[in-house]
Amino acid sequence: MQSTRHISAKLPLLKALAVLFFLASTCLAQSPTFSSPTNIFAPASTPAKSIFGLSVFVLVITGVIFVVVGSLLAYAVVKFRKRKDDDSREPAQVYGSNQVEIAWTVIPILIVVVLFMATARVIANVQKAAPDNAVHVTVIGHQFWWEYRYPGLKVVTANELHIPVGAPTEIKLLSADTDHSFWVPRLAGKTDLIPNHPNVMWIDPQEPGLYLGQCAQYCGTQHAKMLLRVYVQSQTEFDHWVRQQSQAAQSSDTASEGRRIFQATACVNCHAVAGTPAQGRFGPDLTHLMSRDTIAAGIAENNHENLRLWIQDPSRLKPGSLMPAMGLNEHDLNAVTAYLETLR
Amino acid sequence: MATDLMTLPGTQTTVETLRRPLVDRLHEWVTTVDHKKLGLMYMLYALMFLLVGGVEATIMRIQLSAPHKDFVSPQVFNRMFTMHGTTMIFFVAMPLVFGLANYLVPLMIGARDMAFPRLNAFSFWLSAFGGILLYFSLIGASGLYGAGNAPDVGWFAYAPLTSHSFSVGHSTDFWTLSLLVSGFGSIGTAINIIVTILCLRCPGMKLGKMPLFAWLNLVMAGLVILAVSPLSAAQIMLSIDRYLGGHFFDTQAGGSAVIWMHFFWIFGHPEVYVLVIPAFAVASEVIPVFSRKAIFGYPVMVAATVAIAFVGMSVWAHHMFTVGMSSTANSFFVLSTMAVAVPTGIKIFNWLATMWGGKIDFKSPMLFCAGFLFQFLVAGLTGIMMSAAPFDWQLGNSYFVVAHFHYVIVGGILFCLFAAFYYWYPKMSGRMYNETLGKLHFWLFLIGFHLTFDFMHIPGLLGMPRRIYTYEPGRGWDTWNLIVSIGVVFQAAGILVFAANLIWSYFRGKIAGNDPWDAWTLEWTTSSPPPEYNFAVIPEVKSRRPLWDLKHPEDPDWKYE
Amino acid sequence: MSAATVTIREPELRWGPSARGRLGMYCLIAAEAAIFTIFVVAYLFYLGKSLSGPTPAQVLHVPVLFTVCLLSSSLTIHLAVRSLRKAKTGAFASWWLLTLLLGAAFLAGTGVEWRHLIYDEGLTIQTNLFGTTYYSLVGLHAFHVIMGLLALCTVWLFTVFGKVTSDHAERVDTLALYWHFVDTVWVVVFLVVYVIGR
Repeated sequence: MQSTRHISAKLPLLKALAVLFFLASTCLAQSPTFSSPTNIFAPASTPAKSIFGLSVFVLVITGVIFVVVGSLLAYAVVKFRKRKDDDSREPAQVYGSNQVEIAWTVIPILIVVVLFMATARVIANVQKAAPDNAVHVTVIGHQFWWEYRYPGLKVVTANELHIPVGAPTEIKLLSADTDHSFWVPRLAGKTDLIPNHPNVMWIDPQEPGLYLGQCAQYCGTQHAKMLLRVYVQSQTEFDHWVRQQSQAAQSSDTASEGRRIFQATACVNCHAVAGTPAQGRFGPDLTHLMSRDTIAAGIAENNHENLRLWIQDPSRLKPGSLMPAMGLNEHDLNAVTAYLETLR
Repeated sequence: MATDLMTLPGTQTTVETLRRPLVDRLHEWVTTVDHKKLGLMYMLYALMFLLVGGVEATIMRIQLSAPHKDFVSPQVFNRMFTMHGTTMIFFVAMPLVFGLANYLVPLMIGARDMAFPRLNAFSFWLSAFGGILLYFSLIGASGLYGAGNAPDVGWFAYAPLTSHSFSVGHSTDFWTLSLLVSGFGSIGTAINIIVTILCLRCPGMKLGKMPLFAWLNLVMAGLVILAVSPLSAAQIMLSIDRYLGGHFFDTQAGGSAVIWMHFFWIFGHPEVYVLVIPAFAVASEVIPVFSRKAIFGYPVMVAATVAIAFVGMSVWAHHMFTVGMSSTANSFFVLSTMAVAVPTGIKIFNWLATMWGGKIDFKSPMLFCAGFLFQFLVAGLTGIMMSAAPFDWQLGNSYFVVAHFHYVIVGGILFCLFAAFYYWYPKMSGRMYNETLGKLHFWLFLIGFHLTFDFMHIPGLLGMPRRIYTYEPGRGWDTWNLIVSIGVVFQAAGILVFAANLIWSYFRGKIAGNDPWDAWTLEWTTSSPPPEYNFAVIPEVKSRRPLWDLKHPEDPDWKYE
Repeated sequence: MSAATVTIREPELRWGPSARGRLGMYCLIAAEAAIFTIFVVAYLFYLGKSLSGPTPAQVLHVPVLFTVCLLSSSLTIHLAVRSLRKAKTGAFASWWLLTLLLGAAFLAGTGVEWRHLIYDEGLTIQTNLFGTTYYSLVGLHAFHVIMGLLALCTVWLFTVFGKVTSDHAERVDTLALYWHFVDTVWVVVFLVVYVIGR
């Protein structure tokens, strides 16, 4: 028939186009256009890698379905359009065909069975318990910051999570207020933090570095600025960090004025500084504030200007943040900032 | 002189008459119980809210077109996405679906009106009131002073964000009460549709002989009854929490935030079938007529739709894969979600087979249906990706999901509803729409749709969560967000062309006559627009395409059915 | 465009208005059943999860008397409709009134129980999860009883003025169907709250 000869002549060209398209898309995927520190297709930890494997499998199957059905649709739309010289007779009326219906019922069912089995296996793998030698971290979600507690290591910190490379870390997920979600795409899929509903997940990053993410469940006004920073360090560096974090705050005479103001005003209602009377738990622990690269859950660099601005009026950086503007005068503001800058 | 189209009483002939005074005409519309007028009011109401919802979307896309933009505050942005979602689902898509069903179902089954005309009117006004109540939140109860009082908890209003501790003031109550009220309206309309279809079919129209449009709306109505009720129940519980000090979702008192999710999604997932099944109904009428062939596999299409409805009631927790359910529970919902893809795929294949061997005329209705077929295929495939729970642990709650469901709702449902508008506009108004403007609308909207929603998948894959009013540069999301925002311009242009076409054609369009498309179902036997009583004499039918039988007496359908 | 004519033949109406009303009522019952199901699920889910306060076993007493009242009102309403079908409007009025009174007795019983729970046992809707789910579920049912009683009252008033005849039997029967539903819901609530939950 005319039409099939037409198609078969074009087949080598179509094959060439397909290969070219595949190459182009793989190149594109690696290119700077698609590079991102939160790319789900750049896994660096076992759960993320299991998910990646499954996702490639699913993408291939759905890709094939798309090409097959899409081509048939495209073909139908082109081949069966009304011609300009149409004779206005109605085409043959076909009401159905049992064989065809069975075929396109059975084949999708088979595809579903295959997909389901592959999926169930990955679910079981990822949702199993972490190995015994895991580091344990409890993450408590707050509006709009992350609290990290290492129960075994007696470390309490906020917003920047440090874990060792090559070893598993088991993360318990709790919430102090409303729903949140812990999503660091390169390390694992997201798991929600829901009050009164503890969850558990684990990760085992294979390469040291800084991994980014952010809260992925709408939790209120500043949901957008509840960023995640996971520092994956060598075992030595991690141990050093733990030792440093588990010490009480260093006392320094240079900032005694600021310390006095800090402890006398409402700051201590929300914030804790280990080894001082400040034991508030509503806001982040500030004992080792200056050991962090960022403040306000990752949205601002931890430098003098930002810190000062944050203390003066948090809504300038994060409107809707639950920390109120403290209304400090210039002198007190400078003193408190200087004090916080001694908390290494 | 202003004229109206009127049917000469006792005939199927349309003439132009002088208009009666405005007050009389308004009074007639406000007090009507006629299914056609109520249907039109539903649809006009929906189109109005489509524009409002579109403005909300535009505001969001301007804010997100670049990182750290300052176009609106986070408080305003959060109200925008809540209102956009709530408006589009409850006050655009639902009324459009009910409006079409209201107008067409009695005509297609040879009835004079719905089974309960006064309940019909009551349900419409309940639904309309719900929408107005929701928007009253912008100005009511301290709304004008401050950041407005519109709800900002997201359209699915997860607990405990909706509790008094985290949602002070009345904004959440506007969400709860407006949906509760319009929900009762929806249930009323659903009851009406079911009873009309089961009791008022004309002689000869057994269930197996009625148009697929009627069948699919019957299934949709059944789903509304079973699915909207859980939402109403959950909203009553939320109100008890907020007003009477109850603890249904109070996690401090041992309550569960997860149970709200279960209750909401037991409504929320069947709700998308409530929206898409009528879209399928439109496609099942338009594609055969414009391919000049009977629908392929009518009984299978009915069975597949019923299967979708049943299985679709068991998939809800695929919206909760990240909540921390057991691996058994997760696996169950993976299986049921993948299973529902089977009957859905079957329908796509049947439409394809209907087109196969036909003579497709690409007038505007068929253009939009063709777009629907491709886009719904893609939407279904991205859905399958997310049905694989571990993949969803990455994709869920990201812009990939946003892209997916807009692909279904805009690329699938809205495209079919545009097709419906163009297909039945001649019947409802008596005049043909302008075909050139229709095609312009299609191409503009198609380009805009794909610019926005194709590229929207990418930030999702690169880790961008949803419901964020701004984002960090350096995550690789900037360019894609800009492209997504640019697409809005084309979609807006398309909608404006559409609105202009509707209005212009109403006054200047060519008189359509009874049957401009050479179609086969009963609504095309009446004048355009139909007389108030629809049929002077109740027709009697012998097959699924009564007009085909009349036009082809030598080869009627009933010989083959 | 083609002008089509349709077969002219006035058909006999096979479906009467009564079928419409009954089917509509079944659909309404289905919707209401879905709402009650969610409240029952919440009740069962939260059993034993209250952090404090009185437990069901401590404060609930099985409401035998007013359950009997409500369930027998189903019987009396059935007898009322049967009388009306046979055009015995006097008997109908009596049975109908008795149904009303039994329903009202049920409500009074609920009121007495609640008074005892609130003032003597200190259980309110705010007290704990049990309080919230109990008052919501039983209250939702009581609300439906009140709606039913209002409708029954309206019919009874029409009867007193002599306006109700055997022609109305179908419609009255449709209302009776609603009443039977309310009773069935009570059977479920009773089992869940006073048997399983205690």
